[in-house]
Amino acid sequence: MTPILTVERLRVEIPVKAGLLRPVRGIDLALSAGETHGLVGESGSGKSLTALGIMGLLPRRARRSAAQLRLGDLDLLPLGERAMEDVRGDRLAMIFQEPMTSLNPAFTIGAQLTETLRRHRRVSRREALERAAAMLARVGISSPRTRLAQYPHQLSGGLRQRAMIAMALLCEPRLLIADEPTTALDVTVQAQILRLLAELQRAMGLAILLITHDLSVVARVAQCVSVMYAGEIVETGAVADVFARPMHPYTRGLLSAVPVPGKVKRGEPLGTIAGVVPSLVGEIDGCAFRTRCPAAHDACVRPVPVRTAGAGRRYRCHLSPGATEAPP
Amino acid sequence: MTDDALRATIALPHRLRHGGFVVGAAIVGFVIVTALVGPMLVPHDPFAQDLVNRLVPPMWTDGGSAGHVLGTDQVGRDYLARLVYGARISLLIGLSTVLVSGLIGTTLGVAGGFFGGRVDDVVTFVITCRLAVPLILVALAVVSLVGSSFLVVVVTLGLLLWERFAVVARATSSQIRNLDYVAAARAAGCSRGYILLREVLPNILNPLIVVATLEMALAILLEAALSFLGLGVPPPLPSWGLMIAEARDYMFFQAWVIVIPGLALLVFVLGINLLGDGLRDLLAPESRA
Amino acid sequence: MLRFVIRRLVVAFLVALTVLSLSFALTRLAGDLAVAIAGPNATAADVDAVRLAYGLDRPVVAQFADWAVRAAQGDFGQSFFFKEKVATLIADRLPITGTLGLTGIVIALAVALPLGILAAVKQNTWIDRAATSIALFGQAMPTFWFGLILMIVFGLKLGWLPVSGTGSWQHYVMPGVVLAFTAIPALMRLTRTGMIEVLASDYIRTARAKGLRARTVVLRHALRNAAIPVVSIAAVQLGFMLGGSVVIEQVFALHGVGYLAWESISKNDYPVVQAVVLVLACIYVLLTLFADLLNAFLDPRLRTA
Repeated sequence: MTPILTVERLRVEIPVKAGLLRPVRGIDLALSAGETHGLVGESGSGKSLTALGIMGLLPRRARRSAAQLRLGDLDLLPLGERAMEDVRGDRLAMIFQEPMTSLNPAFTIGAQLTETLRRHRRVSRREALERAAAMLARVGISSPRTRLAQYPHQLSGGLRQRAMIAMALLCEPRLLIADEPTTALDVTVQAQILRLLAELQRAMGLAILLITHDLSVVARVAQCVSVMYAGEIVETGAVADVFARPMHPYTRGLLSAVPVPGKVKRGEPLGTIAGVVPSLVGEIDGCAFRTRCPAAHDACVRPVPVRTAGAGRRYRCHLSPGATEAPP
Repeated sequence: MTDDALRATIALPHRLRHGGFVVGAAIVGFVIVTALVGPMLVPHDPFAQDLVNRLVPPMWTDGGSAGHVLGTDQVGRDYLARLVYGARISLLIGLSTVLVSGLIGTTLGVAGGFFGGRVDDVVTFVITCRLAVPLILVALAVVSLVGSSFLVVVVTLGLLLWERFAVVARATSSQIRNLDYVAAARAAGCSRGYILLREVLPNILNPLIVVATLEMALAILLEAALSFLGLGVPPPLPSWGLMIAEARDYMFFQAWVIVIPGLALLVFVLGINLLGDGLRDLLAPESRA
Repeated sequence: MLRFVIRRLVVAFLVALTVLSLSFALTRLAGDLAVAIAGPNATAADVDAVRLAYGLDRPVVAQFADWAVRAAQGDFGQSFFFKEKVATLIADRLPITGTLGLTGIVIALAVALPLGILAAVKQNTWIDRAATSIALFGQAMPTFWFGLILMIVFGLKLGWLPVSGTGSWQHYVMPGVVLAFTAIPALMRLTRTGMIEVLASDYIRTARAKGLRARTVVLRHALRNAAIPVVSIAAVQLGFMLGGSVVIEQVFALHGVGYLAWESISKNDYPVVQAVVLVLACIYVLLTLFADLLNAFLDPRLRTA
């Protein structure tokens, strides 16, 4: 079965005053139908730009290149802007972090939803409203017809995010990219939204690329995870496996920083990763993490190999699988 | 990198603005120099009439002579001399008006912005009233009733052109008033007057300088309009606006009598505006609009 | 919402009252108005006669009260020069100034909006620089001179348009364009800045992510939000245009309210001057009120607050 999303060596470059900024340096991703794939990384790791790169929504000055970028059988690379406009919202959808500001304050919810539907499908206004109301109900919004006539500022954050999800799924896309969909929401609402996404995925056979900095979110809903650092994917694999046996020192550092009840003793300091993310302008020799890695050694300045550690498990490191320290 | 940080690095400076500042400064500098030393360099007296040589065209057209580089006006006065003298008038009007209006507007604005409450309500009301009043008509009426003179024009325009000073001063000082370190200063026992002097005034200086340049340009244009309508600086003082008015009867035959002083006005005001825009980018970029 | 409107009306009324007093005080600036009216060659007896005839011998407060009460009823007294009721004079001339103002603002918006949108969408390209340059020149241009130049070029040299009077719609073209240029710089900059800001906002990103066509995104989603302040500022600009039309009316010999005011000022016809200042100020106040209401109407967040 063809994977729904195939990304190979995706790069994003932006010319800035100081030189050439390279926030995405060769990303590989593969998603299948019905799979939720978490893309994890701290702020500045390039995850959002990866998503925008896939969508073709990069800022004007940015340049994108890839060896492969396919949505199912559709090759996205050669598509011009008009062709991409046909794909977006229809087969490929994206929701964003800030439900407060991601909806146009001047139009009703109904107007914004029906607009998407009528853009990609031949439906009458009434039919569009019907489907929109049905979708709102499906995402758990009560009295959907009243909501259709309301403006975004009249809805709470959680409701707005649900409406955004409804809007994104109206045309039944094959892939949904969710960029930090719960970060701006209350913890209780977060759980609801995540549950909703999982439900919808099961019902619609969606693939979801879930971008987040929150490991617990990934643990809860994703089947696979890719860990991003300084524009590269440093480790990827099934969630349970990666969390149980992290191979890359960065992943290990991330996991040790998260307090897990039972695992961490009282009074013990949480793990931290010393140092800062290197500048993304220009080239980086070898491994981008070597300036902060506890196992860094001479080999790390040289190009880093991609190692496998089982089915679907890959990571970028000079260390062999299972090793935690630099070789002598 | 966050979206905003990314946008900030991508937003390269608008090349026009940088060049504009230099051009503006050059123009204004040129006019200042002309106003200061010009009348001494030009061989003719701007007030000396010579009815034999009326309406001599500029040197580069036929009929022109080297004796009068820009020709003469309808009573034979050398055009270049009048133009140069007019620069002095425009400059003086601009500066003096801005001084008066700046003082009035800043005082009102700071009072409203800093003290807030009732005082602010009154200040806002005064500003609204001033905006409602038709500017040129009132200026015309005052000059007509009180008599036309340099001082009257300056005072009248000064009393009418203060609203932008007031608005900016008010906005900036109320912003400052709400800052934490001002509250801290007050908690430490500093008097209001001290805070006004040490904190508010230095911080409103920059945006007000920008407003001053723009208001100066406006004052010069208004004075020209007043003089054009016959109620500005009294003749025979060669205000550029007056020169245009005097030339109106001849403009269909000798277009240059109209074009030259008008161009002088346009270029000078343009220079001031460019300078002001450039200053704004340097001193107070957040007020850019 | 209702409280907002009422409060604005109260302020508007107070402003009108203040301007009423100011315009009254304005004409008393000449010192002894009787002397000014009687003229330079009048004898003392003439001046006294004038004083009596125009009620200038009464205490100032009484004169003011009289004027205020009558003005509120629309009676602005009699013009000295025209021998007609001032109210009639103004009513006759107002349509001309009004037409001029409306022409000006329509042209201004027709030029400033597209220019501003283009400049924002093609930021930092030659279009942007051209638009900014137009705005700069418009700001620096002396209006009366611009009018005269247009007259020479289009009236005399090309003969396309009439240079004075108010016979047909063509008579309003040049004055309208000149008037428009007083507002175009501000409106264009406002549109441009507003659009740039809006185009960078999250909901535009969402609109693009939905696959909407670029034109839809710019003209429907972005403009709808960016235009809100522009439209209300345009109403205020119209107010300024009406108040400042005297220069253009004089240049193009349009017998509107501004021209009337100028004539009256030169002839010391103070009832007319007082009344015109008051009427124009009231129109301005109404326009700002209209602008606020327009703002509230266009922005749903204000409407249902």
